[in-house]
Amino acid sequence: MSTIFGIPTPALYGQILIGLINGSFYALLSLGLAVIFGLLRVINFAHGAQYMLGAFAAYLLLEYAGIGYWPALIAAPLIVGASAIVVERTMLRRLYGLDPLYGLLLTFGLALIFEGAFRYWFGAAGKPFSPPSQLAGGVNLGFMFLPIYRGWVVIASLVICVGTWLLIEKTRLGAYLRAATENATLVQAFGVNVPQLLTLTYGLGAALAGLAGVLAAPVYQVSPLMGSNLIIIVFAVVVVGGMGSILGAIITGYMLGVLEGLTKVFYPEASSIVIFVVMAIVLLVRPAGLFGREE
Amino acid sequence: MKVLKKLLFVLSCSVLAQSAYAQQASDGVVKIGILNDQSGVYADFGGKWSAEAARMAVQDFGGKVLGVPIEIVSADHQNKPDVASGIARQWYDTEKVDAIMELTTSSVALAVQGLSKEKKKITMVTGAATTDLTGKQCSPYGFHWAYDTHALAVGTGGALVENGGNKWFFLTADYAFGYSLEGETSKFVKSKGGQVLGAVRHPLAANDFSSFLLQAQSSGANVIGFANAGLDTANAIKQASEFGITQGGTRLAALLFTLAEVKGLGLKAAQGLTLTEGWYWDQNDENRAFGKRYMEKTGRMPNMIHVGTYSTVLQYLKAIQKAGTDATEPVAKLLHEMPVEDVFAKKGKVLPNGRMVYDMYLFQVKKPEESKGEWDMYKQLAKVPGDEAFLSVADSGCQVTQ
Repeated sequence: MSTIFGIPTPALYGQILIGLINGSFYALLSLGLAVIFGLLRVINFAHGAQYMLGAFAAYLLLEYAGIGYWPALIAAPLIVGASAIVVERTMLRRLYGLDPLYGLLLTFGLALIFEGAFRYWFGAAGKPFSPPSQLAGGVNLGFMFLPIYRGWVVIASLVICVGTWLLIEKTRLGAYLRAATENATLVQAFGVNVPQLLTLTYGLGAALAGLAGVLAAPVYQVSPLMGSNLIIIVFAVVVVGGMGSILGAIITGYMLGVLEGLTKVFYPEASSIVIFVVMAIVLLVRPAGLFGREE
Repeated sequence: MKVLKKLLFVLSCSVLAQSAYAQQASDGVVKIGILNDQSGVYADFGGKWSAEAARMAVQDFGGKVLGVPIEIVSADHQNKPDVASGIARQWYDTEKVDAIMELTTSSVALAVQGLSKEKKKITMVTGAATTDLTGKQCSPYGFHWAYDTHALAVGTGGALVENGGNKWFFLTADYAFGYSLEGETSKFVKSKGGQVLGAVRHPLAANDFSSFLLQAQSSGANVIGFANAGLDTANAIKQASEFGITQGGTRLAALLFTLAEVKGLGLKAAQGLTLTEGWYWDQNDENRAFGKRYMEKTGRMPNMIHVGTYSTVLQYLKAIQKAGTDATEPVAKLLHEMPVEDVFAKKGKVLPNGRMVYDMYLFQVKKPEESKGEWDMYKQLAKVPGDEAFLSVADSGCQVTQ
């Protein structure tokens, strides 16, 4: 059996694939963050909580309404998006003109409140959630056993990432959005309802987090802490990719997922910090991030 | 003569008064601090549910000892030894706390027990696992209840080795508890003729274990030992079944897994797991009655950490009562001497190094179709006698045995 750095190649392929799977979650989450930051200039610290809300929405729909995984894949992001719209309308909108720090503090506070409330109601040990029967089981790829559900996660996340990117870069709505961030007053003068556009953007970003939450529910334990475990990493991904760069967030998400996966083989103790080491280096060499533009 | 009589009277009065004073607690209240993780991965393992159990013990004791009220305070140490030490210092120095209990997370328990030894205060650990608490770093005022890494290795490890699980690979949480649990279990597996093929150390709250699981799988092991706890173990088990590891015949040893985590994981994913606990609500009428009372208060069934905390508080209060004071030295002496006989432990004894020895049990998690109720989750497989489960003082490595 051939080896690379003392690791058998099949094992290495397996780890790269797993890195891609984890990268899918990073990409999905950092995508939402990048959309929100790029268009609203809000550093959305509630993103992890919104991801957690998505997972819990799926769990609660199943437990109390008998609504299964597939409908939840649509319903849960809608619920999370709607709750985010309420937050934007009642609170976040008042902070747009101010220092971004205020938005950060507000969303961070909201994240703590959501997490605390869910911990109070559901406990920290979390709730069980199984993959849908169509996606149960797995296939043997020769070098590893791939659970079908994980394969689905990679495909779903790729489709969503590309779709969102196309929506923002190639459609009329996306053009309005980008124009509104460049010069809101001018766009408004053309008769576009900018405040409504911003509300929708925040809702969309949060819905993406909610969707990632539903996708994650069968893989990770549905727990109030699931978001806070992930959010810091995702922020690092966004910073490495370049704040506000959507394509950067997606590519960096997959890249760092793979890097983290490989670290888990070569030096597992460092797997929780490797992303931050990369972040520090990138900030030193390219302060605007790999795909960011200097302003 | 009259003067002498008067003098005698005054003297005897003051002697009486003094002895009455000696019968009191030093500062008008006996305060017990429950310090544990109330917001992180171990918040259901112990958490505020332990504080509830402590309050039940105070209630059952009558709410007062030596005529002064008993108070329970609790705080969240966030699994950080520095945060915990800060809280412990504040409790001892300014808030008149007499003893600190529970102390989930080994690194925290070691730090607080060390600090308490310096300050001559009693600690009674139920939530942490490392045998170092009553071994290399033992304290004359430190007690360890409920379980430790050795008991888990003997119980869960022993059961698996006996059933043919002789090639082990460990997924170990990267801190004091993980090392201790991995070390104890490896030693035990090897002593029974088994092999340890390797181990990976993962950070606390690692979230995704698939990478580690694949490494374990490719090592050719037939048992994967999870030397971690709480949410980490739950996630690892869930993902092991996802990656077809259990279906492939490899067995999982959740070395530290309690009722709280089984409940969180669900019987579907947890079925068939073998685990070691010191207490289960459905073992006998006394336990069922206690479980029912606890359930009414909290809406959940307790695990061995919660009932263990109940037991430590009760035992501490009994010792104060018997000593007639809450001063550390005499109470610690009595805690070493008094047998433990309550809903948690039968014929429990405390070794000179502070280890409370009692019988533990090996359980298997039921299949969903076997379970008759929400909390009907265990089948009892065997009893692990206390003398086998816990290290003797000589083997513990403790030097401070008076």
